[in-house]
Amino acid sequence: MSEETMTVIEPASPSMVTAPEISAPAPPRPAGPFPPGAKVRIETRGLSFFYGTNQALHDISLGIPEKSVTAFIGPSGCGKSTFLRCLNRMNDIIPDTRVEGEVLLDGHDIYGPGTDVVDLRRRVGMVFQKSNPFPKSISENVAYGLKINGLCRRSELPERVERALRASALWDEVKERLHTSALGLSGGQQQRLCIARALAVEPEVLLMDEPASALDPIATQKIEELIYDLKRDYTIAIVTHNMQQAARVSEYTAFFMLGRLVEYDRTDKIFTNPGQKITEDYITGRFG
Amino acid sequence: MPKPPSSRKRADDRFFRLGTGFFALLVVILVAGIAWELYRNSRLSIEKFGFNFWRTTVWDPVAGTFGALPFIWGTLYSAFAAIVLSTPIALGIAIFLSELSPRFLRTPLTFLTELLAAIPSIVYGLWGIFVLVPLVRQLEVHTPDWMKRLPLFSGPPLGVGMLAASLILAVMVIPFTSSVAREVLKAVPATQREAAYALGATRWEAIQAAIRYGRTGIMGAIMLGFGRAIGETMAVTMVIGNNPRISVSLFAAQHTMAAVIANEFTEADTDIYLNALIEIGLVLFLITLVINALSRLLIWSVTREAKVKETKRVLPAATESAA
Amino acid sequence: MNIPGRRRILSKIVVGLCGLAVLIALVPLALVFFYVVKQGFASLNWAFFTRMPKPVGEAGGGMANAILGTFFLIVIASIVAIPVGVIAGVYLSEYGKARFATLVRFTADVLNGVPSIVIGIFAYGLAVLPVHRFSALAGGLALGFMMIPIITRTTEELLNLVPSTLREGALALGATRARAAFGVMVPAALPGILTGILLALARIAGETAPLLFTSFNNRYFSTRLDQPIASLTVQVFTYAISPYDDWHRQAWAGALVLVAFVFTFSVFARVVTRRLERMHRI
Repeated sequence: MSEETMTVIEPASPSMVTAPEISAPAPPRPAGPFPPGAKVRIETRGLSFFYGTNQALHDISLGIPEKSVTAFIGPSGCGKSTFLRCLNRMNDIIPDTRVEGEVLLDGHDIYGPGTDVVDLRRRVGMVFQKSNPFPKSISENVAYGLKINGLCRRSELPERVERALRASALWDEVKERLHTSALGLSGGQQQRLCIARALAVEPEVLLMDEPASALDPIATQKIEELIYDLKRDYTIAIVTHNMQQAARVSEYTAFFMLGRLVEYDRTDKIFTNPGQKITEDYITGRFG
Repeated sequence: MPKPPSSRKRADDRFFRLGTGFFALLVVILVAGIAWELYRNSRLSIEKFGFNFWRTTVWDPVAGTFGALPFIWGTLYSAFAAIVLSTPIALGIAIFLSELSPRFLRTPLTFLTELLAAIPSIVYGLWGIFVLVPLVRQLEVHTPDWMKRLPLFSGPPLGVGMLAASLILAVMVIPFTSSVAREVLKAVPATQREAAYALGATRWEAIQAAIRYGRTGIMGAIMLGFGRAIGETMAVTMVIGNNPRISVSLFAAQHTMAAVIANEFTEADTDIYLNALIEIGLVLFLITLVINALSRLLIWSVTREAKVKETKRVLPAATESAA
Repeated sequence: MNIPGRRRILSKIVVGLCGLAVLIALVPLALVFFYVVKQGFASLNWAFFTRMPKPVGEAGGGMANAILGTFFLIVIASIVAIPVGVIAGVYLSEYGKARFATLVRFTADVLNGVPSIVIGIFAYGLAVLPVHRFSALAGGLALGFMMIPIITRTTEELLNLVPSTLREGALALGATRARAAFGVMVPAALPGILTGILLALARIAGETAPLLFTSFNNRYFSTRLDQPIASLTVQVFTYAISPYDDWHRQAWAGALVLVAFVFTFSVFARVVTRRLERMHRI
C-alpha cells in the first residue's frame, strides 16, 4: 500500500453508526473504512443474533465493499463465523435462532419478507472450514449447483465446469480425471474443488469460513494465492484465526470480540496501528 | 508361603479373562452348534434328494416327494413384495423423524413407530385372520375386471394369500427399516447438507444429498428388513393360505419356508419328512445369515465415521491453533 | 412455472409425503390395538385367568395354565440366558478390542438375526429328539438362546458407558479385575443391564414359533421340566386357527394379555432408560 492512499482517506470509526437522517433523502452511508465512492455489495445494519435466549451477536453494522477481500478475525467464540453465516442465511437451518436488524444485499434486506432464500444462497456462495465434496465425481460436484438451479443447458455443463475449475486453479491438476471420485483428491485439492463448486453458480459474494485451517502450509499458500486472484471478480469475506493470513490476503479487517464488532479498518492500519487497545492486545498475542 | 501379591493378581486376572471369555465363547459355540445341528438332522434329506430338492415343485409328504421350490418362491415373493410396500413408508418416516419433525413430536412419534415392532407376531397373525383377510377379500372381490385378467391379480378372491401376507409383512418390517435408516441419516455429517444449502438447494434437495452420502447404509437398512421378512413365521402362516404352489398372482394362496416348518413339523411322521423340513430350516438359516451379515457391513460403513467423530469430540480438541 | 418455483413446490410435496408416511404407518398400529382391545376386553374375565381350557367344543374355560406356562418358560429362559449374556457382555466390555471379541460381537448379531423358528429346530434337535419327548426345558432353552444376544449387546454397551475411571480406581486399590468388573462396573451399570433384560423378556414372551415343537402344548397345568407345557402364545395360535367361536374370543383375550404385557415392559424399560440418561448427564 502506498503512502499516498493512507493519507487521503479518513477511516470511519465503527462506533459512528450511520443512521438515516430524517430529512436527508440519500441512503445512509454504510459503515466501513472504504472510500466513499466504493460500491458496497453487502452490509449489515444493527445485526443481532440469538441462539435461543443467548445473544451471540450485538448490533453489528458494517459494509463489505465489492471486489475486495474483507477478513473477520477474533478469538474463538467471538461470533465471526456466526456473523458470516448470517450473510447467506445459513443459520436458518439451526433451530431456535433469531435475527434482529438488517442484512442488505444490493440494498434489499435478505431477512425481509419475499426473499428467495434459495436464490440468495446462489448469489452469496460459501466455502466451509473442512472441505465437504459430495461423494460423486469431480465434474458432478462442480456441476451440482448448476444442475439444481437450472442455470444452463445440459450441453453447456462441461464448459461451465471447466471455467469454474480454471478459476479455482484446479483445472490442470484434474482435467484428466474429471469423472473420478472427488474423494480421491488431497485435502487442498478438495478445498479448491469446493471453491470451484461455489464459483460455478457465478455468485456475487463469496463467503469463506476458515478455508485453509485444515490444510498444510503449501496447500494453504495455494488457497491464499487463489483468493488474491479471485478478488478481481468477486466480493470476498473470509473468517480466519490466522492473523498473518488476514494480513496477507485482505484489504479490510474487522475484529470481533464476544459478539461485538470492536474495530473495522483497512488491514494495514489494523495490524500496524490499531485504534483500540484490545485489538492491539489480540494482534500481539496477549490473548486468544 | 503365600504367593507374592503381583503374581497372584496376574493369576486372578488370567482366570478372569478365561472365565469371561468362556462365556463369550459359548455364544460362538451356540451359533456354530445351530449350523451343525441343522446339517446333522437334515442329512438324510440332503443325501437323498441333493439339489433336486430345490428344483422340484411338488411337495407331497404322503407320496414321499419333497420339492421345496414353492417355499423358496413364496418366501422370496412375499419378502420382496413386503419390501416394495414398506420401503417408501419406512424411508419417509426416517426422513421425517431425523430431518423434518418439530422437536416436540420427535420422541412420541419415534416411540409409536417402534411400538409397531413390539407387537408379537402371533397378535399380528390373529389380527390378520380376523381383520385383514376379510378386508383383503373385499378388495379382491371389488377389483375391476380388467385387472383381474392380469396374471398378477388372477384367481378366486380368497382373502388369504400372497397379498395379505405381503401387507402384514410390510407392516412388521417398517419399524426395522425406519429405525436403522434413521441411524444412518444421523451419521451423515452435517456439512454435506450445509454444502447443498450453500449452493442454493431446497430442503428436499439437501435431504437428497444426505441420502446419497448414506446410500450404502440405507441399502443395508432395506436389506435388514428383507432378512426380517424372510424369517417371519406366525403372521405369515396364518394368512398366506399354506398351499405349496408357485403362482405369480397376489391373490393365490401360497407357502413359505418358515410357514411350512411351523405347520408340518409336528406332523412329520417319517424321518425323511422331518429331515426335509429341517433342510428347509438349514437353508433359511444360511440365507438370513448372509443377508444380515451383508446388511450390517453396509450400515457399519456409514455409521463408523460418525462413531470416530464422536470419540474425537470427547477428547480435548485444539480447534484453533494459537496465532 | 419457473424452475425455482417448481423446485420449491416439489420440496414442499416431498416434505408432506414424509409426514404422510408417518401417518400411514400409524394406521395399522391403531387398527391392531383397537381390535385387540375391543375383542379381547369383552372376553377378558376372571375365568380367563383362573380356569383351565375346556375340552374341544365346550364353551367356557380359560387360559390359566397357559399364562403360568409362559411365566415358567420365561424363568427357564432367564436362568439360561442371563448369566451367559451378562458375563459375555462383561468380556466384550473388558477386552473389546481383541480379535476374538469382534468375532463374538459378530456372532451375537448373527444370532439375533436367526429366525426364531430355526432356533426352535435347534432346541428340538438338542432337547427333544434325544428323549423323544416335548418338554418345558426345550422350550425354555429355545427362548433363552434368543435372549442371549440381546442381553450380551446391551450389557456391553452399558458397561462401556460407565467411565473407566471407576474400574481404574478399583484396580488401583488392589482389586482383582474380577472384583472390579463384577463388584464395581456391573453394579454401576445395573439399571441399564436390567432394562436390557426386561426388553429381552418382552421380546421372547411374545414368541410362538420356537415353542411349537419344543414345549408344544399342554391342556393341563404342569411345572415339570420334562413335560410339555402350555404357553400363552401357542394357545392363542391353536385357538385362532380353530373353528370354534368361543375359542376365537379367548384367543383375542390372550392376545390382549400378551400385548399388555409387552407394552408395559417396553414403556417401563423406556422410562428407566430415560431416567438413567438424565442421571448420567448430571
